[in-house]
Amino acid sequence: MEERPFSDITFERYLKEERLMGSRCTECDANYVPPRSICVDCYSSDMEWVELKGMGRLAAFTCITIAPPFMIAQGYNRKNPYISGVVELEEGGRVDARIEGLDPNKPEEIKVGMPLKVKYLHTEVDEKKETFLAFEPI
Amino acid sequence: MQKKRKLGRGVAIVGAGMSKFGMFRDKDSKDLFADAFREMIVSVDKGVDPKEIDALYLGNFSNDYFMRQSHWGPIISDLVGIAPKPATRTEGACASSALAFREGVFAIASGFYDMVLVGGVEEMSKRTTEEVAEGLALATVPYEGRAGFTFPGVFGAVATAYFAKYGANREHLMNITIKSHNNAPLNPKAQFPITIQDLMNKKMESLKKREGTSPDWRTEKDFLADLRANPVVAWPMHLFDCCPISDGASCMLLVAEEIAKNFTDDPIHVAGLGQGSGRGFHASDDLTYFEATRYAAQEAYGMSGFTPKDVQFSEVHDCFSIAELVHIEDLGFFKPGHGYRAVAEGATRLDGLKPINTSGGLKCKGHPVGATGISQLYEVWTQLRGQAGPRQVPAGDLRIGGAHNLGGTGGTCTFTILERK
Repeated sequence: MEERPFSDITFERYLKEERLMGSRCTECDANYVPPRSICVDCYSSDMEWVELKGMGRLAAFTCITIAPPFMIAQGYNRKNPYISGVVELEEGGRVDARIEGLDPNKPEEIKVGMPLKVKYLHTEVDEKKETFLAFEPI
Repeated sequence: MQKKRKLGRGVAIVGAGMSKFGMFRDKDSKDLFADAFREMIVSVDKGVDPKEIDALYLGNFSNDYFMRQSHWGPIISDLVGIAPKPATRTEGACASSALAFREGVFAIASGFYDMVLVGGVEEMSKRTTEEVAEGLALATVPYEGRAGFTFPGVFGAVATAYFAKYGANREHLMNITIKSHNNAPLNPKAQFPITIQDLMNKKMESLKKREGTSPDWRTEKDFLADLRANPVVAWPMHLFDCCPISDGASCMLLVAEEIAKNFTDDPIHVAGLGQGSGRGFHASDDLTYFEATRYAAQEAYGMSGFTPKDVQFSEVHDCFSIAELVHIEDLGFFKPGHGYRAVAEGATRLDGLKPINTSGGLKCKGHPVGATGISQLYEVWTQLRGQAGPRQVPAGDLRIGGAHNLGGTGGTCTFTILERK
């Protein structure tokens, strides 16, 4: 795999390319997602990129009504809530992500433990293009 | 295993003060700190000359964002007339002043200073709710913010994980809200000194007058279950699960134990100090507890030699109802997964076995984030000295109390144990 720094910036750039990437320590095989550049188990800096399948389960979630300004800019507000969650990946490790394809007005129907697959949310607000990590039901 | 820690020399609290907490149009951070400072000076039983103070440690999270004014250390040291003596600002999000307290303790314990002023201040109410949400979200970890998480959002997610693991539900969280609102009217400093029962009755009266309707609320829980009275903020966190936006200030006077009797015959001693840092909610071993709190608790218990049973009452960081629930477990007061049942049985009420948040907690006392840590210690000081009036813990002979403060989404957690000898 090509040499890219093991950083949050690279993690975000991979998301733009619709790839969910983590890092693996070549010394002790510890896996990190989001990636780390320093292994906090053995303190090696010899990392390699690992592509994750993007399959997981919902570990926790919330349906947000009072949104921060960058989400309001995307059209969310008190009448149009959205879901944020923590997803436990099939390969181990957890990521924070938006949760799509479920009704934020019916939180009782959303179940912790439900299987999810990755989805890449490409947005454009004021000519600024961004990609957000999301998951949706299978 | 954590190392057992001790102070180089003992440190005692000989004075404490706090402003009223609330939303103040006509008071700024300086005015609020002046209120806290005046009360602190008066509280020193044998008097003190503020010119003897060696240094100031001040907790402030983000007046930079909220007030567009940074660098509060020297502003406050000048306000209270101790400049040019040193002033240092500490930042640990909502635990900023618990860190100021620790720094003050360390400075005295090291032998460098004999008398230190520690305090905290925050002024948040001049911003819109959405702006405050964004300001507080500055203290989440970067991944959380990208995923759209707000502060209530992260704690809402903690609640869904806790519910799924232990079978608790929203009704259990309502018990915490109702309990805090029952304590608050007994605290003259509280932002919302009103019970849920009284709020409900008021709302019913006003609905009757305005709309001629009468909602079908028989109990406090009916009221809290009604979305018109208690709308969603970040499900399952509703309005009454969340602490308010507040302005306020708090401070304490710390001295070396060996000179404490010069100032009062009833000093309160620092028995245990603990602080931990978190790795971000998603990276925790388990989503139903805060490892930084557990670490801090172990450190404080280890240093003091006390156990969770010895701590007779505690202030616990209840920025959201679920936070109080998981933290009373993390601090060892109740077993993991048992806290919600203990709360339902009344164990954390003022007259319960382990009174929690006798002040009304962040929920009702208010949460000017940088001032909160020392305001919690102020409550413990007040209770230990038997000066809490109608909200005095009735158990009698109070000797040991705790204060747990959390910053961010668990990034900084502290637990402090105070003792009356």
